[in-house]
Amino acid sequence: MMTEFKQLFPLQVGRVHEACGSGAIAFAAMACGQAGLRVLWLQVGWQSEQLNPMGLVQFMSPKNLIVAQAENHTDLLACTEDGLRSGAANLVVAEVTQTLDLTAGRRLQLAAEQGGSTGILVIPEGAGSNATQTRWHCSPIFRGNHKTEENLTLQHWQLIKNKTGTLNNWKVYWDAKAHRVIVVSEDGQ
Amino acid sequence: MPRRIVSLWFPRMASDRILRSHPISAPFAVTSYEKSTERLYCLNSKAIRLGLAPGMGLSDAKALCPDLLTRAADHYADDRFLKLLARWADRYCPWVGFDGHDGLLLDVTGSTHFFSSEADLLDDIHDRLYSYQLNVRSGLAGTIGGAWAVSHFSKGVVPNGQLKAALSPLPAAALRLDETTCATLQRLGLRTIGDLLATPRATLGRRFGLPLMRRLDQALGDQAEQVNAVAPDVSYAARLNFPDPIGLYDDVAAALERLLHRICEKLKTQEMGTRVLLMTCQRVDRASVQVELRLARPMRDAATILPLFERSVREIDAGFGIDQIRLEALSVEALPAKQLDVGGAQVKQNDALSDLITRLGSRIGLDKIKRFQVADSHIPERSFIVSPAAYCEAEGEWEVQSGRPLRLFSPEPIDGREKSPPTAFRWRRMRFSVAQATGPERICPEWWLDDPDWRSGVRDYWRVETRQGRRLWMFFTPQNPAWFVQGEFA
Repeated sequence: MMTEFKQLFPLQVGRVHEACGSGAIAFAAMACGQAGLRVLWLQVGWQSEQLNPMGLVQFMSPKNLIVAQAENHTDLLACTEDGLRSGAANLVVAEVTQTLDLTAGRRLQLAAEQGGSTGILVIPEGAGSNATQTRWHCSPIFRGNHKTEENLTLQHWQLIKNKTGTLNNWKVYWDAKAHRVIVVSEDGQ
Repeated sequence: MPRRIVSLWFPRMASDRILRSHPISAPFAVTSYEKSTERLYCLNSKAIRLGLAPGMGLSDAKALCPDLLTRAADHYADDRFLKLLARWADRYCPWVGFDGHDGLLLDVTGSTHFFSSEADLLDDIHDRLYSYQLNVRSGLAGTIGGAWAVSHFSKGVVPNGQLKAALSPLPAAALRLDETTCATLQRLGLRTIGDLLATPRATLGRRFGLPLMRRLDQALGDQAEQVNAVAPDVSYAARLNFPDPIGLYDDVAAALERLLHRICEKLKTQEMGTRVLLMTCQRVDRASVQVELRLARPMRDAATILPLFERSVREIDAGFGIDQIRLEALSVEALPAKQLDVGGAQVKQNDALSDLITRLGSRIGLDKIKRFQVADSHIPERSFIVSPAAYCEAEGEWEVQSGRPLRLFSPEPIDGREKSPPTAFRWRRMRFSVAQATGPERICPEWWLDDPDWRSGVRDYWRVETRQGRRLWMFFTPQNPAWFVQGEFA
């Protein structure tokens, strides 16, 4: 039996998930938007790419967002762990820039379980840890001939790791009015 | 009850303060820089006996007395010392005020009966201050002016009703007059207060005006005068000394807990909360380690603050052991008592979030944790403000605005000088072909702000969809033809 999208998204609470690819930030933003609660967004300080609240507003209200800049990779992971464990933020997004080892991944997973918040790690391609619940490869795709306003966020999401089921991939877009992710088609069908 | 005032004058306070910690028997003077020379400001008794006087130039004094030891005056330290003395003096009465920079006024009305007589009270003050190696002169009278005159020009107790008789033989300077008035009175032959009292008031008033008459009335009690009491200095600090040095985490944490309880207790009675706590650990080798905890909201609950300290306390290098811990609340804010369940879950969540911010702040710095706030500008980089989350609230209405990217970065140049968007370009070592471009949206620089990034003039923003999938926010600067990528859409 193929894994259904609604079994996996919204992401399972109390677990850490990973996203990679050029659409990973959008994936995190959409996940935050659908969860619709407090979000802690962590970055490494030297990163020049910043989140733009004016663009984020179609996914979630920047009111619910707190951004933090850690000095290095270790601090980033420590802050992510603290954030997950405290449970004060429902979602913790961390933009990881280095490879995660199994220890780090497992620690984050335990922290998320304890605090009951969901973690999303935006990772460079191929840098994930085996402890993750799901890993998604996200890439934006050109909307082709279907030129509607909604398709402006059209993405191709590949589930490339899943602890509890089989893999699959979908074409999705964000519906700003309904405030949720809409599946256009299941690939391979 | 008739008022009773004690005036204390420390004629040699500046030198006494220094000699207390560095006792020497040689002639000693405190100097201060006045009228472009170094002058003697305060002397010890030995120096006075050698013929030196305050106000004398230092070089003259050195000529008179070559082995004179000196120290530069520190007026701030003197004022602090006087403040300490004022705190000490509240053992005699609760109402203590400053008198200039070298005296105290004690309103002992109603508290003299703790001593067998008023003279005993003065003796007690003298004995104690003598044991602290301080020179003091005192006077006790029914008015501030009277007590001041007695302390500066005489000594002892003046019973009520005998004030006029006691003041009459004192010189006119005892009325707290300025130097020119004193000199004029001297020249007119009005040497004592008694002379002044014998002169008709109308004559005196016409010649010297209000100041002299007021001082005269105040000294005799015909005009009221108040002692301005020093406001108690509430400090939120606690200290713990250990008989033996400690070094284990549990011990330090236990000590910290005790100190926190003491401070929080005090904060609670004052209805204050702390924002910054500083823990200073004195080590056996005389070095000290400081740990600062910045809180994201004012707090006074020891049980909540303690876990926030945990990380920094674990990092303390105890060396050969810690023998004193001092905890101080450096910054306090009003935190009125609140009913517990107002706001319910929302408030609890906010508090949990503040605690999380504090915890993260202790690792990466409180200023690195930020919140977005709405700003009124059409420049993309300035259409929002990033401010520290600990010091601002989440507020403002965000309007959904289409055509703004999810990610912003500093403009990255790409090839192309045409006005219309390029059909193919390279960006970040990737090749893109443009499938569709929406625009232009022209944004002008804000001329009232000189932003170096906007010196290239107006920008025409395009939303470019590539065949490869990525949707970029690019702009063209018509005044200096060039293309840049500044953002990426979802």
